[in-house]
Amino acid sequence: MAITSIKNLKEFSTNNDRFEGAHLLCPGCAHSMIVRELMNCTDDNLVISSNTGCLEVSTAVYPYTSWDTSWIHIGFENAATAVTGAEAMYKARKRKGTLKDPDAPVKFVAFGGDGSTYDIGFQWLSGAMERGHDFTYICLDNENYANTGGQRSSATPIGATTSTAQAGTHSYGKKEKKKDIVSIMAAHGSPYVAQLAPNKWKSMAKGFQKALETEGPCFINTVSACTTEWKFDPKDTIHITDLATDSLMFPIYEIIDGHELNILYRPKNIIKVEDYLGAQGRYKHLFKPENKHVIEQIQSDIDKKWDMLQRREEARI
Amino acid sequence: MSITGSTVGTDKRGVRELGGEEKVGWDEVQQGVVLNSFDGTTEGAAFLKAEERNYADFNSYTATVASWRIIKPVYNRDICIDCQNCWVWCPDTSIISRDKQMLGIDYDHCKGCGVCVEVCPTNPKSLLMFSEATDNDEALAGWPVKEKKEK
Ligand SMILES: Cc1ncc(C[n+]2csc(CCOP(=O)(O)OP(=O)(O)O)c2C)c(N)n1
Ligand code: SF4
Ligand code: SF4
Ligand code: SF4
Ligand SMILES: [Mg+2]
Repeated sequence: MAITSIKNLKEFSTNNDRFEGAHLLCPGCAHSMIVRELMNCTDDNLVISSNTGCLEVSTAVYPYTSWDTSWIHIGFENAATAVTGAEAMYKARKRKGTLKDPDAPVKFVAFGGDGSTYDIGFQWLSGAMERGHDFTYICLDNENYANTGGQRSSATPIGATTSTAQAGTHSYGKKEKKKDIVSIMAAHGSPYVAQLAPNKWKSMAKGFQKALETEGPCFINTVSACTTEWKFDPKDTIHITDLATDSLMFPIYEIIDGHELNILYRPKNIIKVEDYLGAQGRYKHLFKPENKHVIEQIQSDIDKKWDMLQRREEARI
Repeated sequence: MSITGSTVGTDKRGVRELGGEEKVGWDEVQQGVVLNSFDGTTEGAAFLKAEERNYADFNSYTATVASWRIIKPVYNRDICIDCQNCWVWCPDTSIISRDKQMLGIDYDHCKGCGVCVEVCPTNPKSLLMFSEATDNDEALAGWPVKEKKEK
């Protein structure tokens, strides 16, 4: 695989972007930061598919495409199916000797939002993982169905207000906890699973390169701050993501071969989760006295999870 | 239901039956839309800089979202240390970097989000937001001086 240098940002910046501007994602949207970084990690040919969602509708608005690679969209739930179909055909043609350039390096990548990954495309993703195709699935986790107006998904954390789980006099927003997609994907026995964040560009680039290099089905959950639905100023996308990783709301780690867990980022100063929550409109109501218990619950869940991750890393099992 | 060998693969409602050369049979309709990113091959795009590429009219690179902006970033080369923070985090591929140097802003594709200004580490910043109507030279002439670190 033709890996590009990620030793430092200066070297990384010599890459030629293959994700073009004048797409229609909101100003400050983290989706495109993540996609750009994936595409800048390698010089290989890329075959990419996208589920329906903000990324897909904003980058293929007729008559324009923002993708300088092979790219396909079929339906909401089947990016994993589409790209693994292409991968299977590629392998078959390689075997039969009908490829024009059988030695040209090529990587297969699927992008999905959390709605399509955690919920509606879940069985399609699970099937593709189980079949063992050589591809990388990247979830752009903005914790809601952003493209259709911010409905709750199983990735939405407890306490967030969404258009279908609204905070008000009788509700503090979503009642249920976020699904642990990373563990679920690791349980598929995938050779490489990780949770990464764009503010930590180097660990994200390293993780992407590892996933692309690793043979077999790899899964990466990326934290994608959504200025529109999380309700923060577009200029603050990286700042909010810093708060997410430094409060350990989004711990950065990888799981190799379904069991070997490595923590990839340890904040020097772990901040309180209320600093992260308080910076976003979707959690504003939690600061009312009657909702204080929800913040306490979120903090205690984070502490337990961090403890678990550290123990698992230490145990090397 | 049984399908006899002779009917398999036969379109009984062929072009002529539908009437007219311009109409096509159900199995000839091109499903979906194919947009080419380049005139010619897509291969090797990773090795070409934007100015060396043969963009097709379908490529959004040829479009502009400049009208989205009400504020814009202005770049001051004198202070910049070419750290490339702005390059890696610009969501709109609008920081023009070549050979490890920051060259400026692509105002056709910049949406004025302000992320680049936030992540710029110099003091004073090498990128600042101004109203879209401000003249860049005027902005540069009135650039702030180094801020004293608050204790
Ligand atoms: C089967 C199906 N159900 C629902 C929709 C409507 N729909 C289109 S985009 C979208 C939201 C996508 O949410 P997510 O996957 O989280 O991506 P995001 O837009 O947040 O990036 C929905 C519900 C659809 N297109 N197809
Ligand atoms: S709604 Fe959110 S995810 Fe969708 S384009 Fe806007 S910022 Fe990005
Ligand atoms: S304002 Fe936003 S879109 Fe424009 S150059 Fe800066 S980061 Fe890119
Ligand atoms: S972030 Fe600031 S200092 Fe760094 S390259 Fe961009 S303009 Fe220059
Ligand atoms: Mg989403």
